[in-house]
Amino acid sequence: MNRPNLTGQRLVAVFLFGCVMFNYPLIALFNKTGKVFEIPLLYFYIFTVWAMLIGLMAWAIERRED
Amino acid sequence: MLQGWVIASVSFAYLGVLFAIAYYGDKRADAGRSLIDNPTIYALSLAVYCTTWTFYGSVGRAASTGIGFLPIYLGPTLMAGLWWFVMLKIIRISKANRITSIADFVSSRYGKSQLLGGLVTVIAVIGIIPYISLQLKAVSNSFTILLHYPDIVMPAKAAAQPLLQDSALYIAMILAAFTILFGTRHLDATERHEGMVAAIAFESVVKLLAFLAVGIFVTYGIFSGFGDIFSRVESVPKLKSLMTVADTGASYGSWWSLTFLSMLSIMFLPRQFQIAVVENVNERHLARATWLFPLYLLIINIFVLPIAVGGLLHFPDGNVDADTFVLTLPMVERQEVLALFVFIGGLSAATGMVIVETIALSTMVCNDLVMPVLLRWKSLRLQEQQDLSGLLLSIRRWAIALILLLGYVYFRAAGEAYALVGIGLISFAAVAQFAPAIIGGIYWKNGTRQGAVAGLLAGFAVWVYTLLLPSFAKSGWLSLDFIKEGLFGMALLRPQQLFGLTGLDEISHSLFWSMLANIGCYVVISLRVQPSVAETGQGTLFVDVFKRTAGTEGSRFWRGSAQVQELLPLISRFLGPERARAAFLAYARRRGLASADALEANPDLVHFAENLLAGAIGGASARVMVASVVKEEPLGIDEVMNILDEASQVRAYSRQIEQKSHELEKATSELRAANERLKELDRMKDDFMSTVTHELRTPLTSIRAFSEILRDDPKIDLLERKKFLAIIVREAERLTRLINQVLDLAKIESGNAEWHTADIDLHEVIEESAAATSSLFSDKRIGLHMALSGNVPTVRADRDRLIQVMLNLLSNAVKFCEAERGRVRVALSVEGGEVRVDVEDNGTGISEADQRTIFEKFRQVGDTMTAKPQGTGLGLPISRQIIEHFGGRLWVSSDLGKGATFSFTLPLNGSGAERREERT
Repeated sequence: MNRPNLTGQRLVAVFLFGCVMFNYPLIALFNKTGKVFEIPLLYFYIFTVWAMLIGLMAWAIERRED
Repeated sequence: MLQGWVIASVSFAYLGVLFAIAYYGDKRADAGRSLIDNPTIYALSLAVYCTTWTFYGSVGRAASTGIGFLPIYLGPTLMAGLWWFVMLKIIRISKANRITSIADFVSSRYGKSQLLGGLVTVIAVIGIIPYISLQLKAVSNSFTILLHYPDIVMPAKAAAQPLLQDSALYIAMILAAFTILFGTRHLDATERHEGMVAAIAFESVVKLLAFLAVGIFVTYGIFSGFGDIFSRVESVPKLKSLMTVADTGASYGSWWSLTFLSMLSIMFLPRQFQIAVVENVNERHLARATWLFPLYLLIINIFVLPIAVGGLLHFPDGNVDADTFVLTLPMVERQEVLALFVFIGGLSAATGMVIVETIALSTMVCNDLVMPVLLRWKSLRLQEQQDLSGLLLSIRRWAIALILLLGYVYFRAAGEAYALVGIGLISFAAVAQFAPAIIGGIYWKNGTRQGAVAGLLAGFAVWVYTLLLPSFAKSGWLSLDFIKEGLFGMALLRPQQLFGLTGLDEISHSLFWSMLANIGCYVVISLRVQPSVAETGQGTLFVDVFKRTAGTEGSRFWRGSAQVQELLPLISRFLGPERARAAFLAYARRRGLASADALEANPDLVHFAENLLAGAIGGASARVMVASVVKEEPLGIDEVMNILDEASQVRAYSRQIEQKSHELEKATSELRAANERLKELDRMKDDFMSTVTHELRTPLTSIRAFSEILRDDPKIDLLERKKFLAIIVREAERLTRLINQVLDLAKIESGNAEWHTADIDLHEVIEESAAATSSLFSDKRIGLHMALSGNVPTVRADRDRLIQVMLNLLSNAVKFCEAERGRVRVALSVEGGEVRVDVEDNGTGISEADQRTIFEKFRQVGDTMTAKPQGTGLGLPISRQIIEHFGGRLWVSSDLGKGATFSFTLPLNGSGAERREERT
């Protein structure tokens, strides 16, 4: 019954999560030379988080019951 | 060798395809089968956000700052999380008020203010011009470079070229002509362009595919995958530094400020507002776009860094502008078709942006800047002109041409000083100024028109001073001293280190000061001035849009009425007669009327007409025009407040109704309980009657039987005869006793009993009762023990009645005790203000269920129908009535099989009894 309302709150939570992940100080942890799967660490981190945010938003929206 | 004519004809062919798509989209829309009524198309059309800035500029930005190109796409991704609330609200408001542009939105929110609409338009036009010049620069550069295929020749400085040989000028003209053909073919009442949106969605696909093609070619064609590219980076120190950002507060600060800036831009760029809000077909589309649009941004950015690194590795000497890597890398590898495809992709990105942006801006210029002025200009006699729809169209066409011309002028003046992204960011900072007035406007009812005007002016002024003028200075139009020394040589006023603030990049610096000025003025002035009636009304409509039903509410804040005959010609002048008549007819049909002439003159009709007109000329102008034919009944602030109150009253009423229904429910359940009780009583009465008759019949039957024996059989001997007569007498006595008790109980219950109250010594009462029942005890050989406290004060009661109670309790005790082994104990004590009498036996005891019922009439322990009744079943009820009459209590405590104790209390002399007396 409350599902549609929760969708909005889930999205805001994703927003806040993203704000933290893309900001100092967390981003500074990955601001180092080094590679993951042959990709520079910082780029790997940002694109991974980015994809994760999109996935979370898609999950929040497409599972809503309305 | 790519000939100029090949490039040109492919370009025009591409534009032709766009035109065909738009034409088809419009046809489908007219047929009622919208092409764009689809969340995926909506998400793709939102990708108009990705312009040549993204297509060419991101690589340039990545080549100079590494990660610095990303915040522009991370911001919109984050913002998409808030769309569910913020964007949905803006869309809902805009649909309810037929908002046609961002200027119209701000103006409508603050009381349909023409001043605000005009101000927003001016800021938007000036702010967006650098952005348009960016597109011109990108297309013109890519065209020039492609023309020299296969040589890589950087275009000469535009300013150095004679005007007529500057390809950017022709591109501006072609884009203007194309946009005019595209966006202003007819005047739409709703200001929506379905065909255009379909074409924009198509362009988004083209530019994405083109960019991915280059990316894949560079990554897997020139190099052998991501790993190869990034491993080559290791050997070049300059490239290696791009893989991380400088670990300083300033670089994280500007990272975040660019993210924040792009969060605002995705909402408030005029073209984003146009696509996301004005062109939105169904607000449900927003849900899918919330994740699909960020996904588009992610995909188009995957190959930015490989291309940038690839370009830097390929052109290590720095002769090739990094902004052109996307094009020059395929060219240097002799990929003719790919290079052409890239050029078309860039053209897609540019045309998409220019079309939507200039259409949005031209609507604003026409509705919020030019029309208000023309309508006030009495000497033009515009009010008398019959058909103004042509005028509206030509104003828009001229506006489009003018905006592109200004874009070109800025390109000539300042475009060379910046990379593509640098130019675009200047525009981003300008549209960010709309954020306080809009976000405040939809969540804060107290935001006022004056506050919004002051905030916008202050923020815009700071933007001009800290970003626009320095961009002129850098390109030589102003003296560089202005940047270095500050205005009038005052160091504190240096535009990029305002008040000595250093350590921020120029965009973050400008964003900080302009937002501070903007929000500060908006909030402080809003809190100081009293809003007008119109502002209060509109403010409430906007903020509470989800609480109100759209359409009907607006008319209540502005009462006026006019006949259809007055309104129709007015609307016709702007929309054209056929379109206006059709709209009125549709409105009449919705109300179940056969023709428009049958419409009643009322505020709803006026509101409908105003909304219709607002779609064509903007809210503020529509209000002015409609007011010219409508007899307005002005509303006082009190009335507005009343209307607003009504809404809260309705909520209060519904709360009251809820409460009432709760009360009703409670009363119903009480009634139901009372009804149950009555039924129970009725059943008890029936039981009573049947018990009474049963009880009466038993002695009567004996009496009758023995009497008949005596009558019919004369031979019975005397002894027998005496025995029978004794039975008859005893049964008759029992009958009498029963009838007396029934009458007694009835009297007590009805309050008609006679009471002879006196001071009673309970000792005496108990002893007399014991004496009266001594034969019962001796018959069954049951012991009676007295434990009477020596000194007990008298109580006020009826002596005979108390003896009646004691007799009842004692005979009960005997009744339930086993012969010989039975023991009965009577105790008398004083407790608190009461005298207490206990009659304790060691008989069969009373079960808990029976304890509750024995005080009811005719209820006896055991089944009265099968077992021989041992009494009348009235003794205890009568006793209780008597004790309660004198203010005392009678109760039982017992465990089954362990005997029972009947106790009663009576208040000591002078407390309960007298009160009772007074009442009876």
